[in-house]
Amino acid sequence: MNKLKKLTTYRLFLPILCLVLVLLVNLITTPDFFAISVRDGMLYGYIIDVINRASELVILAVGMTLMVAASGGTDISVGAVMAVVAGVVCNVLAGGEQSVTQYNNPYILGILAGIAVAVICGCFNGFLVAKLKIQPMIATLILFTAGRGIAQLVTNGQITYVRVDHYKVLGSSIKGLPLPVPFFMAIIVVIVTTLILKKTAIGMYIESVGINAKASRLVGLKSSKIIFLTYVFGGLMAGIAGLVASSRIYSADANNIGLNMELDAILAVALGGNSLGGGKFSLMGSVIGAYTIQALTTTLYAMHVSSDQVPVYKAIVVVIIVSLQSPQLKKWFKKHSLGKKAVNGNEVA
Amino acid sequence: MKKRVLSVALTAAMVASMATVPAITVQAADDELIVVGYAQVGAESDWRTANTESFKSTFTEENGYKLIFDDAQQKQENQIKAIRSFIQQDVDYIVVAPVVETGWETVLEEAKEAGIPVILSDRQMQVSDDSLYECWVGGNFIKEGETAGQWVADYLEEKGRGEEEINMVTIQGTIGASAQVGRTEGFGNIVAQHENWKMLDMQSGEFTQAKGQEVMESFLKSYDDIDVVICENDNEAFGAIDAIKAAGKTCGPEGDIIVISFDSVKAAFEAMIAGDLNATFECNPLHGPRVDEIIKKLEAGEEVEKIQYVDEAYFDTSMDLEAILAERAY
Repeated sequence: MNKLKKLTTYRLFLPILCLVLVLLVNLITTPDFFAISVRDGMLYGYIIDVINRASELVILAVGMTLMVAASGGTDISVGAVMAVVAGVVCNVLAGGEQSVTQYNNPYILGILAGIAVAVICGCFNGFLVAKLKIQPMIATLILFTAGRGIAQLVTNGQITYVRVDHYKVLGSSIKGLPLPVPFFMAIIVVIVTTLILKKTAIGMYIESVGINAKASRLVGLKSSKIIFLTYVFGGLMAGIAGLVASSRIYSADANNIGLNMELDAILAVALGGNSLGGGKFSLMGSVIGAYTIQALTTTLYAMHVSSDQVPVYKAIVVVIIVSLQSPQLKKWFKKHSLGKKAVNGNEVA
Repeated sequence: MKKRVLSVALTAAMVASMATVPAITVQAADDELIVVGYAQVGAESDWRTANTESFKSTFTEENGYKLIFDDAQQKQENQIKAIRSFIQQDVDYIVVAPVVETGWETVLEEAKEAGIPVILSDRQMQVSDDSLYECWVGGNFIKEGETAGQWVADYLEEKGRGEEEINMVTIQGTIGASAQVGRTEGFGNIVAQHENWKMLDMQSGEFTQAKGQEVMESFLKSYDDIDVVICENDNEAFGAIDAIKAAGKTCGPEGDIIVISFDSVKAAFEAMIAGDLNATFECNPLHGPRVDEIIKKLEAGEEVEKIQYVDEAYFDTSMDLEAILAERAY
């Protein structure tokens, strides 16, 4: 009993419980959901789909967590930044043509250009939020609306195709690796970020700035610099996610890459039990949140829910998960169960 | 002094602009050309550009027309302004591709009073009195769906699979879009006529390649024996093809799974040439020739039908695709 109690107080208990619950539904409705087979040396199954398709969201959620933690606000431009990065990379590699079957510029040049643009977008957002003290949602609204326009401009309003097998690698698989490449990209991002946060003091700085920026400055932390850095990092994450998304479809589709993904990324942070008001955060919570969202989508596909009803089911599940984690509701439960105990105690006496 | 120069310049500009307007009508009357004013939506997509090009290449002086073209940049007020200026210039016919469906009554009445017939292209208008316009020309999504269904029926017959149990899945467009609604309904009509066809599942791929791939991955895991995949636009089909290949299956004319799609963009031809896609059903932007036909009929004093669908072709791998692709405008 004591052990169970200890388990429930563990910070990641609720996010993990939600993920497990979503997956458990499948055990009843789609028994072969967990079946994994091997095809062409690759693992194959619904579970593999979940961890493959969630990769971009996991990468975005990592960046979003830090931005939320430091600034207490959300970056709603990440989806549009993904589209801009995809547009730049494909356009550099295609050398301005609409469809190519071989690189017109070296691969590394395209990737570097894309990452550079992502970092510039991050710097722009960071400058507005950290230096000009504009509310994060308003500041990032600029790139949210302008980003897709810029991406259209870069690609001349056309879908730019890079039909080179080498370009598809980031979004598909390599012979010899049993899991898709996007999964490894996500895992590397999570591991590197965790190492940076744990091995340096930066994680603590971010939390302290998020809890009280003024107090942090008084003890000698440059709050604006920390907030700025998290937005640059968020831009970089959006860039990496954009690379994976573009590689999946070996093209730059300015209208659709990363569409509405900023909302899913924010949701992932919330599902992970993190406060959107900033301060203390759990990176793993957001990662689990991201996998939960994708597990839900894949579950609905597997259950053959008709497409016009999908949003309703999603909304119901999200409402349940979010309210489960609400502190008010927890308090209410606690009070209720305590009250019962008290009543029971009286009876015995 | 400066002011005087400015006012002289302005007056000159006004005179010049006034002079240009009558010049068109005078010239038109002299040459006995039919003057057509076209109020186009804008240039937001390849489809739209091809539509504009179709009018420009049909209504030439060699064909006996003078075309006054106006690009409204997706704004209704620009279109209304354009129609008013067409009326002032006393054109013979007005063609409008309306940006939105409502708010046209006043300006259409003005055209009616001036005795100028109005022809609608692409999108419809909601007006209380449909005598305000002559007719509407455009595509028919339901018919596209039915054509696709018929093509599948003929193709299966040809392969000797006419009586076999056929399992199908549909990757739908964005739910509620007119292309999704019409194409789903049209194909459904043909499915209902075949008892041996079974529509296993329909999911939305939101008209994108990435979602199309994701949905197809899921279909392939749920159903072992899929015979036909219907994708409601070309991009979804590209994603579906990738998913089929990743699952170790084959598609196209030589493969296990028949894949068809709608729209017929250039990349779809490339997919058919590569042997991955079976057929694509077009959404035809070339409205010019049909409008030309209608105007000729009206000139001869004939009645025309209120709703006129443009001819919509399809393309499959039995055709000389390289040649078609080389000629295609969009």
